[in-house]
Amino acid sequence: MSFPILTATAVLPAVGAIVTAAVPAARRTAAKWVALLFSLATLVMAAIVLVRFEPGGDRYQLTESHAWIADFGVRYELGVDGIGVVMVALTALLIPFVILAGWHDADPVETKSSRWRPTQGFFALILMVEAMVVLSFEATDVFLFYILFEAMLIPMYFLIGGFGDRAHSGTDENAAAQRSYAAVKFLLYNLAGGLIMLAAVIGLYVVAGSFSLSEIAEARASGSLDMATTTERLLFLGFFFAFAIKAPLWPLHTWLPNAMGEATAPVAVLITAVVDKVGTFAMLRFCLQLFPEASKWATPVIIVLALVSIVYGALLAVGQRDIKRLIAYASVSHFGFIVLGIFAMTSQGQSGATLYMVNHGLSTAALMLVAGFLISRRGSRLIADYGGVQKVAPVLAGTFLIGGLATLSLPGLAPFVSEFLVLVGTFAAYPVAGIIATFGIVLAALYTLVLYQRTMTGPVKTEVRTMPDLKVRELAVVAPLIALLLFLGVFPKPLTEIINPAVEHTMSDVQKQDPRPDVEAAK
Amino acid sequence: MENLIALLVAAPLLGAAVLLCGGRRLDRIGHWLGTLLAAASFVVGAVLFVDMLGKGAEERALHQKLFSWIPVEGFQADIAFQLDQLSMTFVLLITGVGTLIHIYSIGYMEHDERRRRFFGYLNLFLAAMLLLVIADNYLLLYVGWEGVGLASYLLIGFWQHKPSAATAAKKAFLVNRVGDMGLSIAIMLMFTTFGTFAFGPVLGATGETSEGMLTAIGLMLLLAACGKSAQVPLQSWLGDAMEGPTPVSALIHAATMVTAGVYLIVRSGAIFNAAPDAQLAVVIVGAVTLLFGAIVGCAKDDIKKALAGSTMSQIGYMVLAAGLGPIGYAFAIMHLVTHGFFKAGLFLGAGSVMHGMNDEVDMRKYGGLRRYMPITFVTFGLGYLAIIGFPGLSGFWSKDKIIEAAFAYDDGIRGWIFGGVALLGAGITAFYMTRVMIMTFFGEKRWQPAPDPDKDASVEPGIEVTPGEMPHPHESPRSMTIPMIVLAFGSVFAGAFFSIGDRFANWLAPVTQFEHPHPVISVPAITTATMVVLLAGALIAYLMYGHRPVPVTAPRGSLLTRAARRDLLQDDFNHVVLVRGGEHLTRSLVYVDHSLVDGVVNGTAASFGGLSGRLRKLQNGYARSYAVSMFGGTAILIAATLLMRAV
Repeated sequence: MSFPILTATAVLPAVGAIVTAAVPAARRTAAKWVALLFSLATLVMAAIVLVRFEPGGDRYQLTESHAWIADFGVRYELGVDGIGVVMVALTALLIPFVILAGWHDADPVETKSSRWRPTQGFFALILMVEAMVVLSFEATDVFLFYILFEAMLIPMYFLIGGFGDRAHSGTDENAAAQRSYAAVKFLLYNLAGGLIMLAAVIGLYVVAGSFSLSEIAEARASGSLDMATTTERLLFLGFFFAFAIKAPLWPLHTWLPNAMGEATAPVAVLITAVVDKVGTFAMLRFCLQLFPEASKWATPVIIVLALVSIVYGALLAVGQRDIKRLIAYASVSHFGFIVLGIFAMTSQGQSGATLYMVNHGLSTAALMLVAGFLISRRGSRLIADYGGVQKVAPVLAGTFLIGGLATLSLPGLAPFVSEFLVLVGTFAAYPVAGIIATFGIVLAALYTLVLYQRTMTGPVKTEVRTMPDLKVRELAVVAPLIALLLFLGVFPKPLTEIINPAVEHTMSDVQKQDPRPDVEAAK
Repeated sequence: MENLIALLVAAPLLGAAVLLCGGRRLDRIGHWLGTLLAAASFVVGAVLFVDMLGKGAEERALHQKLFSWIPVEGFQADIAFQLDQLSMTFVLLITGVGTLIHIYSIGYMEHDERRRRFFGYLNLFLAAMLLLVIADNYLLLYVGWEGVGLASYLLIGFWQHKPSAATAAKKAFLVNRVGDMGLSIAIMLMFTTFGTFAFGPVLGATGETSEGMLTAIGLMLLLAACGKSAQVPLQSWLGDAMEGPTPVSALIHAATMVTAGVYLIVRSGAIFNAAPDAQLAVVIVGAVTLLFGAIVGCAKDDIKKALAGSTMSQIGYMVLAAGLGPIGYAFAIMHLVTHGFFKAGLFLGAGSVMHGMNDEVDMRKYGGLRRYMPITFVTFGLGYLAIIGFPGLSGFWSKDKIIEAAFAYDDGIRGWIFGGVALLGAGITAFYMTRVMIMTFFGEKRWQPAPDPDKDASVEPGIEVTPGEMPHPHESPRSMTIPMIVLAFGSVFAGAFFSIGDRFANWLAPVTQFEHPHPVISVPAITTATMVVLLAGALIAYLMYGHRPVPVTAPRGSLLTRAARRDLLQDDFNHVVLVRGGEHLTRSLVYVDHSLVDGVVNGTAASFGGLSGRLRKLQNGYARSYAVSMFGGTAILIAATLLMRAV
């Protein structure tokens, strides 16, 4: 038996979490380094997975399969396709930045009213989330996926509720109340989705007699598993509802701005760039693959919801006064693009959506982490409290601008490639939807540039006059992200090569073909 | 030879990267490095040009493919270049004028502590603009298109601590984004129609699709051109863009970037040729803007804004010509090049005047400067004669041709209308440019003491001004006058050189095709009429501003004058409809999201499990509450697992 590298990629951060938590309370710095090293080791492991993955090979590779709950066929089954392997790589890539950016976020605070912040716990929880997210990208057993999908809520809940953003306008009690509200809202929303999904998971088992993704898909393809139309639709809805909450899709998005606003910036990145991706990833992997007919049936409604998310999220971002909530609403808009690309069901749309997940992770991480550095310097999340930062901290302002330009999908940066693919893929199948989504590019410029103008330009405000520029640690977080955004903007080929074959598989699952160009079709 | 093409972009791109990431160590040599790399790009362009001249007219186009950019099933976008006669013309204009303006900026920005960054942005602009004109497909063109938009954003807002500059930069980017929507949709339409968006396959296959589709693509391209080239209805950003340093106004907002829309239309000629309705739209946009810009130019007292109005109007001429089809393409580009010379020269002259006048931009506070700044006076004067179309100078040749071509739009009423508009525009041009000339260089001195930069945010920073001091106008340093002299040379001779024997039209013919226009009235009649309106315009301006003293504070003026000062109320319209409307929309949406969407979703859930009530209770912040809810969450998980066993 070959080395179970997929398991190892998930177990490594889990072990890291335990080791980090076990570091004695006084040795906080050591705990941070342990966490960082484990996250880097995971990154190396993920890189090996990426290298060993053969784009032209089998659909699921590096598979592992063990009996788990034999009574009713739950197996510990892992495997990655081109989409999964890219998502594992993204997760493993972002976590070291999250840890490095949050280096001081869980340091003890010296005031009487504040609670002691268990540093070890903070980093252990981050690694725990990483372990579960990685495993959920690898799981090919529906039940195993479900368990992880739900279990990752627990560490996330503590990260949001226990380690909130110190920058707060109200009193400490008030801040704590808002934080716990955000954390509970996050938990209850996602649990509600999970419960409905659970019903669908059970239903699926009743109908298919198996939890194995490959077995069910095979049975469906060969015709040995015939699902009644209504059954398929109900099961689809159960799964989709849970994923739409996590993604999040309008109108189920309202937990996200609360959670991202109250959490520290690195945790906000963890939410939107890593955990939420499980939702959109699962739409591709489970909804389309297990319920192709129902997916097509629901497409019109989902396309409309995605369009509403794009425009609505962007408009809401324009109206925000809080920097982090603004970025959260921008994410709502971006998730709309991802869902749109998935359900346009064209090669360009789905490749674009997958690429979008990666690029959104990178661009939001860049923007949000720099925003976090900014907020930690001034102690306020309100846009109006800033002004003229560019004059005193030009590097911070410059990186913030690049993060912003990535968010508005400037050509030359990575998000442009994926956004344009989504647009063109949508336009080919649904021209009107494609045109409406294009309004998103104007609105994205609006909220990003207004944010930049109000915080960075203009006369220097007294409170920011002594603001220091980025430190080495902070630059080490931002610079690689910017380099990647530039590189993938010009040369996305290494990723598209891995993604394309997986997209072809999905396209054949849903039995869809790309619309042919008019000129060719006429011949 | 084709391997050199990438170098055109690579040199200034390298400059931008080094200058922007290099840090303070490069402060002392940054401007030289930037200028050197701009010049290097010009040299590469010149080498390619000489090589191109050595080949037959039809074999001149070069291609270079670097690598496959976005390979996705059914979708092929390459990083690949195409250098034909049209691109070559732009390459020489961009790198030539670009290098001159780099040299000028060495002197102009000498006292600015962020000069290195300024040169980094200028280099970034050159790289993006070159990419725009040598890309071999529309998607790569889009990268250059937004790249110049970014450079323009950074440079308009270069003095970011001035709120007006930051606002102007944002406005320019946003208005351009509306145009970009057009370009995006045009590319998507090309993709669904032709399965590709590379120039060759698309422009070669226009016969295989319907006129309706080509009209749609053409209109979307026109929308994009309107944004970038400040054409009505997307023109509102250009006047505000004058907040940027003057060399930026000369390079980006006069000579090169704003003409990108003309390039786009001429490049897509095959699409427009087959879509007469789209062509008509182009001509109408050009004609309207031509008058719009000219009228605005007449009313502005800010020398740069008067010139900006003029730029808008002159680009209107180019767009009008580009809409005329093969009888107009070559003249659109020819006017673009001659305009590049004289308008860049005029802006540099304006910068030189401001340099000597404590950065005053109000022409009412100039007067009598010809004796103090002789070189600026002569070069600016030659640019002035060129732009109004004084016989023999560049503008005479290129604008006259456009007026002729406009009269040749068709045999009927349209030829008369568009020809008449172009003719009228020539008269207004003579008026507003004579006004600028007289108010700046002639008449009595109306100089005012320098304002206090702390009190008056409109003062350009970076140059030391002692508040209350009277200006001491002086000629600018040689680094600034030499570029002005070179550009004046081009303003005088380029037109004749291009026009004799239809040299320029024949050079472009393999790319754009060329047909001689047949105007509704004879060419000598048109030339005579042009001379008459030119003299009339100049005479009226003399009577109004040269014959009578110019008041230092602007008189109230007629209704039209007041409207023109406010850019014909476009901003007021935008403010009321878009800005106010948008603010109300977003504000009410924030409210809706908070109370309605959140409320309904929570409420729906509450009707199942009391979610909303529990959420409200949990806001109390007691640790106990978290524990309970966490326990609840875990319990549900465990229950779920157990439930599975039961099934």
